[in-house]
Amino acid sequence: MIRVSGRAWKYGDDVSTDLIMPGKYKFKTIDPSELAKHAMEGIDPEFSKKVREGDIVVAGWNFGCGSSREQAPLALKHAGVGAIIAKSFARIFFRNSINVGLPIVESQNVFDETDEGDILEVDLDEGLVRNLSKNKSFAVKPLPGFLLRILQDGGLVEHFKKRGKFEWG
Amino acid sequence: MGKTIVEKILSRASGRDVNADDIVVAEVDAAMAHDGTAPLAIEAFREMGGKKVWDPNRIILVIDHIAPSASEGTSSLHVMMREFSREQGIKLYDVGSGICHQLMLEGSHVRPGAVVVGADSHTCTYGAVGAFSTGIGSTEMAAVFISGRLWFRVPRTLKFYIEGRLPDFVTPKDIILYILGKVGADGANYRAIEFGGPVVEQMGVSGRMTLCNMVVEMGAKAGIVEPDEKTSAYFREDFGVEVGAMRSDDDAAYEDVLKFDVSGLEPQIACPSSVDNVKPISEVEGVEVDQIFLGSCTNGRLEDLRQAAEILRGAEVKDGVRVLIVPASRRVYLQALKEGLIEVFLRAGCTVCNPGCGPCPGGHMGVLAPGEVCLSTSNRNFVGRMGSTKAKIYLASPLTAAASAITGRITDPRDFG
Ligand code: SF4
Repeated sequence: MIRVSGRAWKYGDDVSTDLIMPGKYKFKTIDPSELAKHAMEGIDPEFSKKVREGDIVVAGWNFGCGSSREQAPLALKHAGVGAIIAKSFARIFFRNSINVGLPIVESQNVFDETDEGDILEVDLDEGLVRNLSKNKSFAVKPLPGFLLRILQDGGLVEHFKKRGKFEWG
Repeated sequence: MGKTIVEKILSRASGRDVNADDIVVAEVDAAMAHDGTAPLAIEAFREMGGKKVWDPNRIILVIDHIAPSASEGTSSLHVMMREFSREQGIKLYDVGSGICHQLMLEGSHVRPGAVVVGADSHTCTYGAVGAFSTGIGSTEMAAVFISGRLWFRVPRTLKFYIEGRLPDFVTPKDIILYILGKVGADGANYRAIEFGGPVVEQMGVSGRMTLCNMVVEMGAKAGIVEPDEKTSAYFREDFGVEVGAMRSDDDAAYEDVLKFDVSGLEPQIACPSSVDNVKPISEVEGVEVDQIFLGSCTNGRLEDLRQAAEILRGAEVKDGVRVLIVPASRRVYLQALKEGLIEVFLRAGCTVCNPGCGPCPGGHMGVLAPGEVCLSTSNRNFVGRMGSTKAKIYLASPLTAAASAITGRITDPRDFG
């Protein structure tokens, strides 16, 4: 079951992996807690201090564009981010988020109707996002079943450890 | 209904008849990871309990992003890669060999019609020889290390038909920047882009690599050129290998066909700080620059160095401008040396660095200070890409880079024609 809730942090379009996790850090360590200290540093240097467990990043088009660095979703996850909702994702970022076990939701409405600081709740099994501050809910596009199961298992590594095979065969 | 070349390749690799939007599991023909992505992949492989990789001969590791290492942390990650390669019997290209994408082709790891994955977004480059190649993340790479297979959604294909007569001093880089400006940074999200038309037919593999390299800057999953006589000649001359041609069916279901006429095209510049903020050079000329970087997987090949050397021969780099030239591979470097290009660069006052990614990923070598301006032949000008978030990056062709090196300002290479 995947249900997270937290405050919304809002960002615009084309947030690149260079902003989410600057290259100068990713080449030095693969320790997630170390990477987490620099999450979103290029766009919001205080982010890792402000964010609380379960908070939700809400962004515009093409979130995570740029490099294939998995360190970007990994750093967000370990900084405490519970889910990302964006109008659209760059494709490698989309795959990486699922593989590191960070829930993602594609939705234009949620972005349009969320203000920074709103309390959101994401329920991936139901395919629902609720804005508790505004008392609204939004149906969202479900993920293909096998991707949902990877997320439910906590990412691709846990998925494989649990099942001894990859869901896609 | 006929099939696009991408549908044909994924049908072959998945062993069933597939069309766009199907989710398939494909056999991977080759897999690549570099020092920015391999360490996480190796760790995930171990966490998954991996003991032996599926096929050591199909995996390629490259140390190119921070090479040589600039810190103890990076050095330890490099050691991790070397140990893994020894333990598993995997080919490792170490410091000084060159950029991963250049080596994948030069090292003969890619064939037309192959499915190739790389833990790097610019893996799309090998579409230049008619492979389906795409970037993936590190944990997925670990899954490939274990099983040799991966899931894909078969992308819809956009056909980009490039026609007209390409003017002198206007290069494949200018074409792809121009297209990017039109299509936008997510205008081809999740799609495959098939390049065709007379301009592409006349282009060599190097220019096709420049085109395919930048499709990810439009969000595309893959770029591809139908392998033709030019492709065959490349494989014959470079590797003594015969490869066949391969085409999309005439009635293939393209999602859209876009035509681009390059007659009268000016050199193009991508301005700070998005790759699709593209302008003709006449609108950007005169901007002062602090650093010029000529290299990267987009434009660090012999053809690029030859063009730059034409302009820099006997000239002098403007005082106060740093010009960093980074050949894409050792082989490119050696050939440039033989042809006297390196001497041209050194005499002009350029700094020639060892093959690798150089300043492109912003981790070492030519890191920009706040307020500095860089003109680069690479593929990304995002905020913070090459150092300070307060630096500015312009993208251009090698010819424009060379002309600008002489004046210290963004300069139209046609002025040197
Ligand atoms: S040259 Fe730049 S874009 Fe190409 S692989 Fe290296 S870091 Fe990536």
